[in-house]
Amino acid sequence: MATPRTLASIWAAKTAAAASRALRRGGGTAASGLVGLWLNPGLIHDLAAQLGEGCVVVTGTNGKTTTSLLISETARAAGLLPLANSSGSNLTRGIASALAMAVDADGGLDDAGRGLGVFEVDEATLTQALPELNPRVAVFTNLFRDQLDRYGEVDTVVARWRDVIANAPPELRLVLNADDPNVASLGKDRDGVTYFGVEDRNLDAGAPEHASDALFCRCGGRLEYAVAFYGHVGHWSCPSCGRIRPKPNIAARLIKLGDGHSARFQLESHGEKSTLQLGIGGLYNVYNALAAAAAAEALGLPRTALESSLTSTGAAFGRQEAFEVDGRRVEVYLGKNPAGLNQVLSTLLLDEARRTALIVLNDDIADGRDISWIWDADFEIAAGRLEHVIVSGTRAAEMALRLKYAEWYESTLEVVPDISAALASALGATPDGECLAVIPTYTAMLTVRELLAARAGKEPFWR
Amino acid sequence: MSDTTRILRLGHLYPSQMNIYGDRGNIVCLQRRCRLRGIELEVTGLKVGDVLRPDDFDLLFIGGAQDREQTLVCSDLAATKGALREAIDDGVVFLGVCGGYQLSGRFYRGADGVEMRGAGVFDLYTLHPGPHARRLIGNLAADWEGGSLAGFENHGGRTYLGSGCEPLARVLRGHGNDGDSGFEGAQYKNAFGSYLHGPILPKNPAFADRLLSLAMERRYGSGALSPLDDSLEQLAHASALKAR
Repeated sequence: MATPRTLASIWAAKTAAAASRALRRGGGTAASGLVGLWLNPGLIHDLAAQLGEGCVVVTGTNGKTTTSLLISETARAAGLLPLANSSGSNLTRGIASALAMAVDADGGLDDAGRGLGVFEVDEATLTQALPELNPRVAVFTNLFRDQLDRYGEVDTVVARWRDVIANAPPELRLVLNADDPNVASLGKDRDGVTYFGVEDRNLDAGAPEHASDALFCRCGGRLEYAVAFYGHVGHWSCPSCGRIRPKPNIAARLIKLGDGHSARFQLESHGEKSTLQLGIGGLYNVYNALAAAAAAEALGLPRTALESSLTSTGAAFGRQEAFEVDGRRVEVYLGKNPAGLNQVLSTLLLDEARRTALIVLNDDIADGRDISWIWDADFEIAAGRLEHVIVSGTRAAEMALRLKYAEWYESTLEVVPDISAALASALGATPDGECLAVIPTYTAMLTVRELLAARAGKEPFWR
Repeated sequence: MSDTTRILRLGHLYPSQMNIYGDRGNIVCLQRRCRLRGIELEVTGLKVGDVLRPDDFDLLFIGGAQDREQTLVCSDLAATKGALREAIDDGVVFLGVCGGYQLSGRFYRGADGVEMRGAGVFDLYTLHPGPHARRLIGNLAADWEGGSLAGFENHGGRTYLGSGCEPLARVLRGHGNDGDSGFEGAQYKNAFGSYLHGPILPKNPAFADRLLSLAMERRYGSGALSPLDDSLEQLAHASALKAR
């Protein structure tokens, strides 16, 4: 039974969300969660404890939102009721808000026995969120440099993760990316780990990309790569101390990336193989699908549910999400750090018909105030490929300069800092029946998405 | 005057360790600004263990890094790059950014109190006031030789200049070397150190050209560079200057 304090905090959180929406200040997830946690710091713990199927948390630099969506849809296909912070609001306030909105005024959850919490958690928030949620499964997707001014260095994040795992109960099952040396190292000396990875040498990029953050082993030796997929993700080993990539329990083979709008691969799970067609494209989404498959296995969800979710689930919020506007298809590819942006670029270049793009660089706190990361992304791979590029956002000029130095023709670049004007210009530059690719940072994505949703008649994001 | 056959040799110190915050943009920038003028810039990466000789290069660059990598390269600086100071006394152009700037001083005392010996290029030292001290983070604008420098700084260490070097620039907005003195960066002969990344050179084209001009003058007797179309560079510089 909910305590009066919990009831008061639920009521306050719901009221704050309603007020925030009425004032048109967005979805209200931040405000409502903050108010709820202020009144009852144990709100997350109290409400999550009702979930009959427990919780799974998903953390890492890239892929949290898509992986969480795939897990939620698998749970739904298995007859469970997933409860998720699906708009990507992944600090404790976002989790608290998702829970407070899901319960009724008495603090009860409908059909709580079938409830499964699926929460994506910010890399730095895991330390607080994990003990509150006490999840059955924790998924770690990958770890790259991202917003160094906010998270600190990659090594700092790994050290935090290690601590939080060391203090977690032994029943916690880990789902780890075998191909990311930092993530794989979390499974050392622990039982109940499911590793996922890619087994397809045809996708070997030859060498780790510049955007690699694990070139050196913990022992100080330089890692060797038999196969490098993207960033520092691949088949690694350390000749100095003998540490090697764990063999994945869940693997993808025979990957076909096609034109980047979908991906086909063979999913192998403990020797059992099946061929799947993903509704989303790019190698990074194959990794997200593998993470979801490994999580589904760790949660004991049936394979039929997994397969149906992987084949039928479309894009998550702002991640390859498509809109129809005035006879043009507009695709939004969130790009917020070097490794993620490289994957976005290589995926959208798979479509040879692409000619127009809108790139939006903001430097708000949620984007990272420091924009120097754009120089670590390999814009060079797209040199000369696009005919018209509109550059926008608070730091538009500096993005345009980056593209100039990546040898994108200066004559194809148009600098329009105002996002609404830039979108209008980009739509105007996209011929009827063609596709416009939009690559925004996080806050820019929220703005772009709202503008597009209004024009395409889609629901706003807080639905 | 045709520059067509001219070559400049750039030594990039520890490219796989000292490469955080888009530092490679500085190399990309120098390469392009040389190429457009018919100057060939030969870039050589110097790894841990590679011996540096004083007359190997016309320009030397070292970027920033995480603490772990910084510790790895620090002992190598003394062991195999001892000629650095000699090269700089001989007028070789040098740029050290962020961690590379700190390691170019006399010493760096980390948050844990452990002291790392620096390369001694500059008469300066850096102290980290401890793990709970505020990091100096944010956009920075500085007055530089009648013009300006702009970029982003993110450092825990506070750098104090000795009498053997000059500040590179005066802080207009931001923290700079120690958050207090109003100084940003250091300069000694043709060696420059700065906390600015972003990276520093692409959006500060006048500073990039200063480095190239000094290197050309030392090598070929004339530092005159043909002008480039810097309209986008100037737009980016203006945007970085006013960034809050």
